[in-house]
Amino acid sequence: MNRNTKNYFQIMETTKTLQYTVKDFKSDQYVRWCPGCGDHAVLNSLQKVMAELGGAPHNTVVISGIGCSSRLPYYISSYGFHTIHGRGAAVATGVKVANPELSVWQITGDGDCLAIGGNHFIHSVRRNVDLNVLLFNNQIYGLTKGQYSPTTKKGFVTKSSPFGTVERPFRPAELTFGARGTFFARLLDVDLKTAQLCMTAAAKHKGTSVVECLVNCVIFNDGAHGWLAQKENRAERIIVLEHGKPMIFGKNRDKGLVLDGFNLKVVTIGEGGMTESDVLVHNATCEDSTLHMKLAIMEGPDMPIAMGVIRAVEEETYNAAVEAQIAEVQAKSKVKTFDDLIDTCEQWDM
Amino acid sequence: MDKTKTTELDNVVVRFSGDSGDGMQLTGTLFSNLSAILGNEISTFPDFPSEIRAPQGTLGGVSGFQVHLGSGKIYTPGDEADVLVAMNPAALKVNAKAIKNGGVIIYDADSFEKSDFEKAAFTSENPFEELGISDSIQLIPAPLSSLTQSSLEGFGFDNKTVLRSKNMFALGLICWLFNRPINQAIHFLTNKFGKKPTLLQANVKVLTDGFNYGNNLHLTISTFVIDKSHETPKGKYTSISGNKATAWGLIAAAQKAGLQLFLGSYPITPATDIMHELTARKDMGVKVVQAEDEIAGITTSIGAAFAGSLAVTNTSGPGLALKSEAIGLAVMAELPLVIIDVMRGGPSTGMPTKTEQTDLLQALYGRNGESPVVVLAAGTPDCCFHYAYMASKIALEHMTPVILLTDAFIGNGTSLWKLPKLAELPIIKPNYVKPSMEGCKVTSRDEVSKARYWSIPGMEGFGHRNGGLEKDYETGCIATDPLNHEKMVNARQAKVDYVSNFLPELKVEGDETADMLVIGWGGTHGHLMSAVMNMNKIGKRIALAHFNYINPLPKNTIDVIQRYKKVVVCELNSGQFATFLRSKVPGVEFLQYNKVQGQPFTVAELEADFSELM
Repeated sequence: MNRNTKNYFQIMETTKTLQYTVKDFKSDQYVRWCPGCGDHAVLNSLQKVMAELGGAPHNTVVISGIGCSSRLPYYISSYGFHTIHGRGAAVATGVKVANPELSVWQITGDGDCLAIGGNHFIHSVRRNVDLNVLLFNNQIYGLTKGQYSPTTKKGFVTKSSPFGTVERPFRPAELTFGARGTFFARLLDVDLKTAQLCMTAAAKHKGTSVVECLVNCVIFNDGAHGWLAQKENRAERIIVLEHGKPMIFGKNRDKGLVLDGFNLKVVTIGEGGMTESDVLVHNATCEDSTLHMKLAIMEGPDMPIAMGVIRAVEEETYNAAVEAQIAEVQAKSKVKTFDDLIDTCEQWDM
Repeated sequence: MDKTKTTELDNVVVRFSGDSGDGMQLTGTLFSNLSAILGNEISTFPDFPSEIRAPQGTLGGVSGFQVHLGSGKIYTPGDEADVLVAMNPAALKVNAKAIKNGGVIIYDADSFEKSDFEKAAFTSENPFEELGISDSIQLIPAPLSSLTQSSLEGFGFDNKTVLRSKNMFALGLICWLFNRPINQAIHFLTNKFGKKPTLLQANVKVLTDGFNYGNNLHLTISTFVIDKSHETPKGKYTSISGNKATAWGLIAAAQKAGLQLFLGSYPITPATDIMHELTARKDMGVKVVQAEDEIAGITTSIGAAFAGSLAVTNTSGPGLALKSEAIGLAVMAELPLVIIDVMRGGPSTGMPTKTEQTDLLQALYGRNGESPVVVLAAGTPDCCFHYAYMASKIALEHMTPVILLTDAFIGNGTSLWKLPKLAELPIIKPNYVKPSMEGCKVTSRDEVSKARYWSIPGMEGFGHRNGGLEKDYETGCIATDPLNHEKMVNARQAKVDYVSNFLPELKVEGDETADMLVIGWGGTHGHLMSAVMNMNKIGKRIALAHFNYINPLPKNTIDVIQRYKKVVVCELNSGQFATFLRSKVPGVEFLQYNKVQGQPFTVAELEADFSELM
């Protein structure tokens, strides 16, 4: 069942000569996000990861749509394109297909990606274009000053839902898996270590890597992820999944996840005869996404929120398939130039 | 041979009509191609319903293909048919008004039964009388179905398969009527069915039997001879549809510019054939993304343009509407992009398979903000090649989106095309950033042409941030300064206006010194030219100025138009180009001749209108 046994977490351990530094990825632009916005932390993590990955800034392209997070390309000293609302995935697809040698990052938010850009999102995931998608999820429209988004929790009071929203929210992981996504990771803005781990794995993954970044909007939705963000609570409320490692969390590393019928359940190791070997071992490369889905949609307070790389399955990318098909046809066809093409016409003298 | 006589004709119009499953498009295409190979000028026009298979024998399912061939210049597929091939009463009914007096109707007698009349909503059992078909029209009943059945006896096909070949019987009969040897048709069939020998054998058998049927019928009808054309410039030719010519123009431009060709596209009638042509050209490295929607069609292309490809998106009216925000992005990001709109009847879904010129103002103005783009319009199927090539050249050299307007009539129609060589085509020099331009910003531009320098991901030292937000003229950083915005608006406009320096002058065709000038644009060239030529021939003084460059207009536009006392703008809409010209050319009273019926002009109606105006 496992076609790929690659461990994404080993990537961080490999040492390499750094050709570029964080400074090489910082543009001269003043970062205009609100002080305290979670986007700052994600940007810093991204610049660090880009430097560590070692790709040249001029071979890196950062594409975004519209929204607070979509301003990010201005702050990275690479090739950047701040496009129109919702269409970042399609523009990024065009860039990657046109030149598969480029490292392409797509920056998007919960409104940009899941409302106006929902169609492009699911189709880029379905095609498995080799893009690294950072989906900034703050559960609110920030740039338009505080309307509910497709991920806002039902009942939440916003400027456009003064009596609470009556809408059911999307869960980005479900959309990703529904579109047959090959990679899904989740990070929390303030947890820099996991953030960098996820981004590195996303960059290394060939295919559409969706990284849900839980970010705080300090102005319109402060503390949306607050119960996770407080450092003292994190160990109890978050489980950082690692491929090949048991699903253990807790301040004392004594809590684990086991299967209870078709569902996941939290157990305490040492209680009721539970040992570490009873706890599930995370397999991010399992083709069947059923357990990945269960893990990705865990919610508090009874269950921890899963962070880290939840799914990373190797499949042929769209851009590679395009290249392969072209090479295959070119090897067989006699038509190499426009003049050859003209020669294929049924033609006659007049 | 028992023919009483043959008649020599300058030109002839044949219309094949039947159910949309009867293979009329193929029959028409084969007949026009073999006529072209025999030296005739050709022009064709398919007229089909948007239903793929409407109920058999009903009016909604009638599919037609008109061929005009001649020994002289042929500009249009012709108004009325000299010969109609009607596979059923519905086809007869739909085309009854489009047959010339003295013409011929060949019909499948087997399909002219009581039940067939009912399906076609006839109230009597004499459809010819009911339609008031003139006595001057000769009727040739030929039992095409049963003759095809006996022709294929012993092949072991089921009846449905057998009847699918009756179009070949009709083609054989038409070849006889026009003294066309059928070996060329057999050659085409061999190319088409080469891999299915039984099917090939069957089709050739039916074709031959159809030809011999005419020969042996001892019909007292005159057969026709059309001489080779002597007005066509010497050279190698093929027949090509506008959509195919468009695709090939893009391929030629990409190779000439040394760029990869990229198409982002979503299927839409009548533009999809351009995608079909391009996606088949993987051998030439063409990349096609069949996108999830029209917006992704253009935005993948914008991404490809950003990444350094010759990027194209193709669509029709409703798709152009969906793409408008993204066109604005391409305007703002100053990226080279070719947008092809094969216009159809609108608004909304409108009439997808029918032709119109109703997207002109949408192309010119259909965006938010001051958003100028270059707009071109091709005039004939073969010219689509040239204008697709020029659209690419202008986009790459001037760093601007270019909208090329064609339409269902020239997109699906075919004409003769003199085969070009790449070496003969004009050079294309994309406006790349030069290695010496250190510190070049995203907004750095040639101060004369205002064309932005194109730096492409992968080029070291030219990293930049582009986007849809307004940028500072000097630094390229996002900016909301009021005067800067105006400066940028003016620069983008000046860039588009500057293109006029590279355009050919507006030509006047026909009697240049006439008092009356006919103005047209895009796909109506053939009809307008025919009307003007016909009138000149009988001494009527009239001239034609036909536009292919619409924004910017050719530099001599005002001079040319102001020379004439009477000016009539003819277009397949309610007056969009006339409106545009009124805003650009002062002191001229623009008369209008408009038709919005989903059909091309007829030469006759144009001549009648012009005569009245004179």
